[in-house]
This record gives sequence, C-alpha cells and structure tokens, in this order.
Amino acid sequence: MRRFTWFNATSLTLGFVFLYLPMVILVIYSFNASKLVTVWAGFSTKWYGTLFQNEAFLDAAWVTVKVAVVSSTFAAVLGTMAAYVLVRGGRFMGRTLFSGMIYAPLVMPEVITGLSLLLLFIGIGFDRGMMTIILAHTTFSMCYVSVVVSSRLVSFDRSLEEAALDLGCSAFEAFRLVTLPIIAPAVISGWLLAFTLSLDDLVIASFTSGPSATTLPIKIYSAVRLGVSPEINALSTIMISIVTVGVISASLISKRAAVKQKRDEMAAERTAD
Amino acid sequence: MAQTVFAPWEEADQKPLIQFKNVTKRFGDFVAIDNLTQDIYAQEFFALLGPSGCGKTTMMRMLAGFETPTEGQILIAGHDMKGVPPNKRAVNMMFQSYALFPHLTVAENIAFGLKREGKPKPEIEDRVDEMLRLTRLEKFGKRKPHQISGGQRQRVALARSLAKAPKLLLLDEPLGALDKKLRQETQFELMDIQEKTGTTFVIVTHDQEEAMTVASRVAVMDEGQIIQVATPADIYERPNSVYVADFIGDVNIINGHATRAGDGYDIAYAEGTGKLHAKTTTDLGNEGKCALAIRPEKVSITAQKPAKVTNAVKGKIIDIAYLGNLSTYHVELKGGQMVKAQTANTRRLERRSFTWEDDVWLSWTDTAAIVLEG
Ligand SMILES: Nc1ncnc2c1ncn2[C@@H]1O[C@H](COP(=O)(O)OP(=O)(O)OP(=O)(O)O)[C@@H](O)[C@H]1O
Ligand SMILES: [Mg+2]
Repeated sequence: MRRFTWFNATSLTLGFVFLYLPMVILVIYSFNASKLVTVWAGFSTKWYGTLFQNEAFLDAAWVTVKVAVVSSTFAAVLGTMAAYVLVRGGRFMGRTLFSGMIYAPLVMPEVITGLSLLLLFIGIGFDRGMMTIILAHTTFSMCYVSVVVSSRLVSFDRSLEEAALDLGCSAFEAFRLVTLPIIAPAVISGWLLAFTLSLDDLVIASFTSGPSATTLPIKIYSAVRLGVSPEINALSTIMISIVTVGVISASLISKRAAVKQKRDEMAAERTAD
Repeated sequence: MAQTVFAPWEEADQKPLIQFKNVTKRFGDFVAIDNLTQDIYAQEFFALLGPSGCGKTTMMRMLAGFETPTEGQILIAGHDMKGVPPNKRAVNMMFQSYALFPHLTVAENIAFGLKREGKPKPEIEDRVDEMLRLTRLEKFGKRKPHQISGGQRQRVALARSLAKAPKLLLLDEPLGALDKKLRQETQFELMDIQEKTGTTFVIVTHDQEEAMTVASRVAVMDEGQIIQVATPADIYERPNSVYVADFIGDVNIINGHATRAGDGYDIAYAEGTGKLHAKTTTDLGNEGKCALAIRPEKVSITAQKPAKVTNAVKGKIIDIAYLGNLSTYHVELKGGQMVKAQTANTRRLERRSFTWEDDVWLSWTDTAAIVLEG
C-alpha cells in the first residue's frame, strides 16, 4: 500500500517544479504582448503570427524535419542490422571488438564526434549541407537503435526463426516474416529515439552543417545569442506541444493495445474447453 | 493387423530412409550424441525414449538441420545431409517448445509453410480448415497463440507441422500437454495419418504407453547412445540390459550368481535360500554374476506353495498398492530382497485374499524371468 506522507508530497512537488517551471514560464511569455521578454504586457498571440512569416525559421524547421526523418530511418535500418549480427552472429573473429566499436559513440563526447566528422567531410571534399548532417546523425543515432534492438533480440526465442526455416523460409524470409514483425516495436522505439536525438542535436549539427542548410536548434541558438525574442518563445511552445501530443498519443496507443490483449485473453479463457 | 508384418529392418533389400553413421555431437567438451549408428526405414513410426538430457532433441535437430554433427554422417534417402539447410530438407519438425509465431493467428500459423510453397489460396484455405478440424481447433482459427491454452497451443504446433504433409515428420513430445483422452485420440489420428500418407514419423515421448501404442520400433537412449532398438513387444519382453528393463515398465531386478544348468542358469541370490532357475539363450559362460528381470504381472501370488512350478519363494507382504483394476503386492523375501507381484482385481476389494503381514508364496515359470548380465 502506498501512503500519503508529507515527505512524498514535498519531494514530488519539488521535482515537478524543478522539471517544468522553466517550461511553464517559457510558454506563458510566448503569449506576452510586449517585445521585452521579461516584462508582462498582456496576452497576445502576435508572436505566433510573426513566426509564421519568418522564412528563415520555417526553412530551418523543414530542414530539421527532413534530416530527422531520413537519418533516423537510416539509423533504424543500420542499427537493426548491427544488433542482429551482434546477437545472432555467434562467436566470430573480433566480435568483442565489433560490439565495443558499435557502442563507443554512445560515450564519446559529441564535440569529438562532430569534429572528426567535420575533418572527414573536409578531407574527402564533401560539400557540407543537409546530406552531411544526415550522415552525421545516422552515425551517432544508429548506436542507440542497436542498443534498443539488441536488448529485444536477446530475449527473442531463437526457435521461432528455426521454425520458419523448417517451414521452408530462406534465412532472409525468416527474418522478414518472423523476426522483424516481432521485434518491430523495438525498431520503432529505436527510430523514435533516433528521431528525437536528431531533432534536438546542436553540437554535431553545427560541426557538419553548411551555409546551404541550417537546422532549427542552430537557428535558435544563434538567434538567442542576439537576445531572446518572444518569437523564439512561441517557436519553443509549438515544439513543446508537438512533443507532448506525440508522447501522450504513443502511451495511449500502447495502453489500448495492452487493454485489448488482456480482453482477448479473458475471452479466450472463457471459451477454452 | 495387416497380413504381412511391417518389419523393413529385417529385410536385407530394404533401403533405410534415415541413416546415422557414427554420428557424434559435442557441445564444447560435452558429448551429447556419442558415436551413434542407426537406420530408420520409410513409413516407420520410430519412437525415441530416454531420460531428460539424453540427446533426443539433439538427434531431431540434426535431422532437421539445426545442428551439424561434429563427426559422422547423416543420410536421408541416401543423400548426405551435410551442408543442406533446414529449408531445403523435406523434413518438418514439431518443436518441444511449440515455437508458434506470436504475431500470427492460429490459422496463419498453420498456413505459414503452405504459403511458402506458393500454393493457390483456396487450396491453402482448404488444407488449413482440414488441419483445424483434425486437431479440433475450428473455433480458434482467428485467435493469437497467447489467447489459447497450453494444450491448444500444442495442437496448433502439431497441425502446423502436419500441414505440409512432409515425407519425414519429427515430433518432439507432441502430445505431452494433452489430457489422456485427447492424447489417445490424437495418437490414433497420427497413426491414421501415417497409414494414409505413408509419412515416416520420428517421435520423442516420455510416455511409455504412447511409445508402445504408436511405435513400429522403440529406441531406448541413455547419455547420447541408443541402448536398444526393438519393437515395443520385444523391448518389453526381451530387454537387453537392466537399464532397458528398468526404464520400460515396472520390473523386479534380482541380482545373483549364475551357474549353467541345462538350457539355462541356476541363480543363487541370497544366503541360505534355494536357487532360482531361468531358461535363456543369453550366454554368461559357465558361471558369472547376473541380474534376473521379472515383470510383476508374471509373478503369481498364492497362499500355499504351488505344486508344479520351477520357481517358488516364500515371503511376507509389506505393502499393497491398489491401482483400481490391478493391485501390486510388495513382498519381502528371506534375506531382504523385495519382489513386486501384480494381480488383476477380478474380485471386489473386501473379498481380497491377502492383506498386510500375510505370509505368501511367489512363483513364476522358468521362461518368465530374463537373464541379464549383472
Ligand atoms: N546448444 C547446446 N549447448 C550446449 N549443450 C547443449 C545444447 N543443446 C543441448 N545440450 C545438452 O545436450 C544434452 C542433450 O540435450 P537434448 O536437448 O537432446 O536432451 P533431450 O533428450 O531432448 O532431453 P528432454 O527430454 O529434457 O527434452 C543435454 O545435456 C543438454 O544440456
Ligand atoms: Mg528434448
């Protein structure tokens, strides 16, 4: 049984204030009529209007979304493949080295990853732009995907793949028809993780972006250096709401799936003979 | 019963369907299959019996192509199976763990192998319906595996492996989770399928009765080796070792010292008691240590010493196990040897002739006991 105690209530409140107070302030000030960020001058939505007239921000937002979608898709494919080899490949030469190398970028300082990618792109004469950001994001986010997917694969019953082989599948068909559908939730959450990582990455993007393509975090960062404008608050509020809606709907979907499964199981028990 | 007895293993011109040739399988240092040589013929119902961990599943997995022998050769229909992947073998296996695809419905699970063959859709649907009917799962075709009971899952696994009507079917404990009645019905279904389609079955079972009912031959295994292969009747009546005698059914083992006498041996089993006599073709030399194996149902129990019986010994009833149709009497002989005797309960319980602590005579003929090396 959980009891209500003052200690619990206090720590809960403190925690939530700590987490959300800055955001709440930001959201409130995005509706400020005044141009001065710190002075409240009444309610207004005009900053949202100006935001949607600001071509530079809209361009950056569009680039960011494209980069996130493409790089997280690449990362999901590559990360899943890497995880599959690591978990299923058995003991091949250099397996430990390989797995160490896959996970190294997780702990590598982003500055170093960004710098080394920058040097690489300069070295091979690759013009920096959207493509280079996509490549860079794929590189670092595929490790996260492979961590998520391999933890699912470890608990995956190998005999399912064997059964598929036994029933006439080639190794690839067994993967496509049996393994992939079953690990799909892990691949999707890996994709979402990669997507959010790409969406809010500043460091690596600023190393690898070029004059032709700027992402939203870079744009915001450089704008803020010239002073916080209410427009930025409005933009941030929009991002917060998008993320909130996404998180809530994702949890609703999975909750509904769980409820449905439970209902099915109960129905099965009633009719089982 | 058919007019001609089905016994291809006794005919010299028959070609075996499966040949294990000196197959050894090691997992690291552990020897799971130990230099095993065995032929299995087409249309056999070959049962593998043995304690847990003796290598039954490993044998199956090598046949299906999931494990490769460390040494030796496996031939199916005369072809060396080395390097042939599971999907290229005309073999289907039912997994001990069922291995049902959780993301597919029962019907889709059953249809999986048929779809891989690229059969036309109506044909697949007919076949799936037939399999559902056979395994009494008509009502559950649209369920997912997690929505059905354990026994139903087992039947789905069975239906899925049967669906493709393979030439060779490997069943790893196919009926273990079913209740007795359903199990017997399914056994007869399997035998029926076998008769109709001529499929060769290799089946692992922990249930001796099942092996006895369905098998053309039974192989008793221990620690990666086959100890004896024979028809169910022979395995029961003529076990080749104490291990097999003890493993199959209930048996009394009397250890003693044998000396050749006539067409068999006289066996001394305890100080100060008479000798037992058993006819046998087993050759232990002129004398030697031996073990006498006697099935409890071949031992008669009487109040008086029977007149014309080779072996009669006196003892005291220690325990009576009432099994409904049968009763087993645990009798202690002079010298402490325990012997079980089984009788059919043709009379009602209260009119039974013996009770605890009664002195009784146990007797058996000279052909009832099997002489084994001890
Ligand atoms: N992949 C493996 N790695 C190491 N040892 C294994 C492996 N597979 C099986 N073994 C060992 O080989 C032996 C035989 O296993 P197997 O699964 O064939 O037993 P079984 O006769 O089917 O037993 P059961 O009746 O319990 O199913 C066991 O001791 C098991 O521990
Ligand atoms: Mg097994």
